[in-house]
Amino acid sequence: MNVRLEPRTATPRWLSPAITFGAVVVALVISGAIIAIVGGDPIRSYLHILDASFGSVGVLSDTLVKATPLILTGLACALAFRMRLWNIGAEGQFLLGAWGASAVVLFPLVPAGLPGIVLIPLMMLAGMAAGGLWGLIPGVLRARLGVNEIIATLMLNYIALFWIQFWVFGPWSQGGFQQTKPFPEAAWLPRLTDLADVVPAFGGLTVHLGLLFGLVAAGLLWLFLERSRFGYEIRLIGDSPRAARYAGIDIGRRLVVVFAISGALAGLAGMSEVNGTVHRLQDHISPGYGFTAVIVAYLAKFRPGRVIVAAILFGALILAGREIQPSGVPSMIQGIILFTLIVGDVLVRYRVRIDRGGGAPVAPSAAATPTPEAG
Amino acid sequence: MTDSLDAPPPEWAPSSDDAAATGGVAPPLAVEARGIVKRFPGVLANDLVDFDLRRGEVHALLGENGAGKSTLMNILAGLYRPDAGEIRVDGMAVAFGSPRDAIAAGLGMVHQHFTLVPSQTVTENILLGLDRPRFLLRERRSEAEVADLAERFGMRIDPRARIWQLSVGEQQRVEILKMLYRGARILIMDEPTAVLAPQEADDLFATLRTMTAEGRSVVFISHKLGEVLAIADRVTVMRRGKVTAAGLPTAGATKADLARLMVGRSVLESLDRSDVELGPVVLDVQGVSASNDRELPALRSVSLQVRAGEIVGIAAVDGNGQGELDEFITGLRPCTGEILVAGEPVANRSAATVLRQGVAHVPEDRTSVGSAPNLSLTDNLIMKRYREAPVARGWLVDDASARTLADGLRETYRIAAPTVDTEVRLLSGGNLQRAILAREIETRPGLLVAVQPTRGLDVGAIESVHRLLLEMRSTGAAILLISEELDEILALADRVDVMYEGRIVGSMPVAEAEIGRIGLLMTGGDEEAA
Repeated sequence: MNVRLEPRTATPRWLSPAITFGAVVVALVISGAIIAIVGGDPIRSYLHILDASFGSVGVLSDTLVKATPLILTGLACALAFRMRLWNIGAEGQFLLGAWGASAVVLFPLVPAGLPGIVLIPLMMLAGMAAGGLWGLIPGVLRARLGVNEIIATLMLNYIALFWIQFWVFGPWSQGGFQQTKPFPEAAWLPRLTDLADVVPAFGGLTVHLGLLFGLVAAGLLWLFLERSRFGYEIRLIGDSPRAARYAGIDIGRRLVVVFAISGALAGLAGMSEVNGTVHRLQDHISPGYGFTAVIVAYLAKFRPGRVIVAAILFGALILAGREIQPSGVPSMIQGIILFTLIVGDVLVRYRVRIDRGGGAPVAPSAAATPTPEAG
Repeated sequence: MTDSLDAPPPEWAPSSDDAAATGGVAPPLAVEARGIVKRFPGVLANDLVDFDLRRGEVHALLGENGAGKSTLMNILAGLYRPDAGEIRVDGMAVAFGSPRDAIAAGLGMVHQHFTLVPSQTVTENILLGLDRPRFLLRERRSEAEVADLAERFGMRIDPRARIWQLSVGEQQRVEILKMLYRGARILIMDEPTAVLAPQEADDLFATLRTMTAEGRSVVFISHKLGEVLAIADRVTVMRRGKVTAAGLPTAGATKADLARLMVGRSVLESLDRSDVELGPVVLDVQGVSASNDRELPALRSVSLQVRAGEIVGIAAVDGNGQGELDEFITGLRPCTGEILVAGEPVANRSAATVLRQGVAHVPEDRTSVGSAPNLSLTDNLIMKRYREAPVARGWLVDDASARTLADGLRETYRIAAPTVDTEVRLLSGGNLQRAILAREIETRPGLLVAVQPTRGLDVGAIESVHRLLLEMRSTGAAILLISEELDEILALADRVDVMYEGRIVGSMPVAEAEIGRIGLLMTGGDEEAA
């Protein structure tokens, strides 16, 4: 018996989503087995995760808060991956975005006492600019010098991390603690609970304006990727760079722009996180959003709409990490999901063929023999 | 598993195990292949091929690119399994599962692309993958063995040199030594002189002669007539997967004979070639020189012209510079010299500039240059037009008009695709090529550069591509047709320019062209014919 992989000649429409779903299920089964091996009860663990993330309006709101930075960083990765640019640097671009936004109020770059309607857009711009510049570095390196963007973005993550630490331990430190002073309240992104006076049901809900940023960004990115000329070029480059060159597209220039936009999206995620939840810059603002974003983008097959769904799923897992002991379980599940997704990708492109009996040469049937010279 | 009633009737006597029965006292055959069939998706690469190799001979295998030479040899060397047919080595039936099996039977192949580890020494490379020595390397002893072997066959090589220090010719010697060290009695060489300087080729020939003097046999794949006549005892010619001359002694053969056998002359469909009045010069290439990817000269001062309403064919065997010619004209590769399209210089301009100049391009690689395989038919059909209205609407692509355009082209050019959303990798070769041609023709170009537009297509698809090209010509477009199919050039072109080793070595109106002469020019055999 002989197991072979054969390229598929046709892919049914349902196959890709079915395999994605199957991959998640398989990952949960494997994770469940591991939980059982270490003596836990997988069913109860999963029910607990479900309850802790979606069990009530309150925790659902918390899940969405965790999903918000994942939506934006997931979009950042999905955009770059669409062009086969492996931006593993969303984490660093996220941190720089948070730093850029903080700089506006901490240096400060603007006079104190600006109203939120002015201050928040300024901080958004600053965050996106800082994240975008951080994305520009690997973009230019790749376009001009052919530097591998995976290595460059991965390394830049560490530089970004130490950059943040320098500022929160040093110039911006509040009384020697590893955090800055809080932002002025005008800079805080409005939360649902702020509207509790009008709608009492919103009381205690922490979902903030950043979620709207994510949803709008997903819509714009969809328009950009699926409907714009630039998006068409990106899809073309992603599928076949040689065809793109043949069509007269300057790949280097597109590459730099895509990296800048990708960085800006991740930067916006950083801004939304500091302005929406912690309201100051501090060490450890990200539990690895930029890395989880890679999995989110994969799970979403690089499609903006599906990024939202995948981000909520992973937001739930991050949230459940607080509830589950040992707390590593959700990260384990994340890792296994990525693994099964990548394996699943092979099944989308190839079909598994099992031959029984040896590979003895087969005589051709006369009817199947094409005769090119005929006629 | 095999229904014998369905099998094609064999052309040889399957019961005669004894080769001598047919050949009297003929020398024993080193290799005997009978009825080899190998099919790849869409291509019948070997169609009931027979091949004999005698002991102590150099047997040339001649044919154009895509004729099936390499497929046949890869089958003998154990890389591919034949779909049908039988192979005997020294009279014993064999079925190789891997190159390792083939070498165990004494059959070794030296490929065009070497498989050496650059940082290791000659001796280390030769030992690589062998079972002996089992554990400890005794380098001195192995080096001495390699040196002896090299000397025996007249190959100058330092067994301790590292591969990266060696010239290409020396690396080829290492590959040959690798096979000899493994006990190869039959050596298959795939276009060995393609990478060699003339002096190195002479050295190689001397080595091959020492090998055959010892009773070893050599298969020599080539499409250069001069060297085939110089080195081979016999020659087998293949064309489109079939043998057109089997084991012809080279003693009496002439280059003209071989050229005819190689390029052949099959009856193409009769095409309506109306007379078109020639217009002004559209493409003017003046003294263009350039290097290929390996930094070797690809073009040496090439000049040619194509006028409106004219098809100029470039005839050449693969690897003589014609494969890159289209990319210099369309701005995909840098070159020196002048290229004018409708009087405007385009050499070394961006591909987008050349596009705007009204140059359409059907590239050789239709699956990854001419199309984006995982994008839809619509996306592929707008590739050259998404920048302009109506497909472009500001910075957006107007989905509705893109689909209207695609639907129209699908209809007009009879592109068989379920919908315009179908990914083009699911289209057949002929339909994909029609889609590419549809896209290029509909840009209403002044010049079309088409490379191997019908390679790998079936007869019906070839005919429809030919019709499209002739229709373009009658609307006054200039067409540069680069093809290895001489029949195609003779059927379509008004003029033919022959390229050999990066130069235009001949140019003539097709009406006056003689196939034997073109074949000679293509294969560098024009010295006495000129």
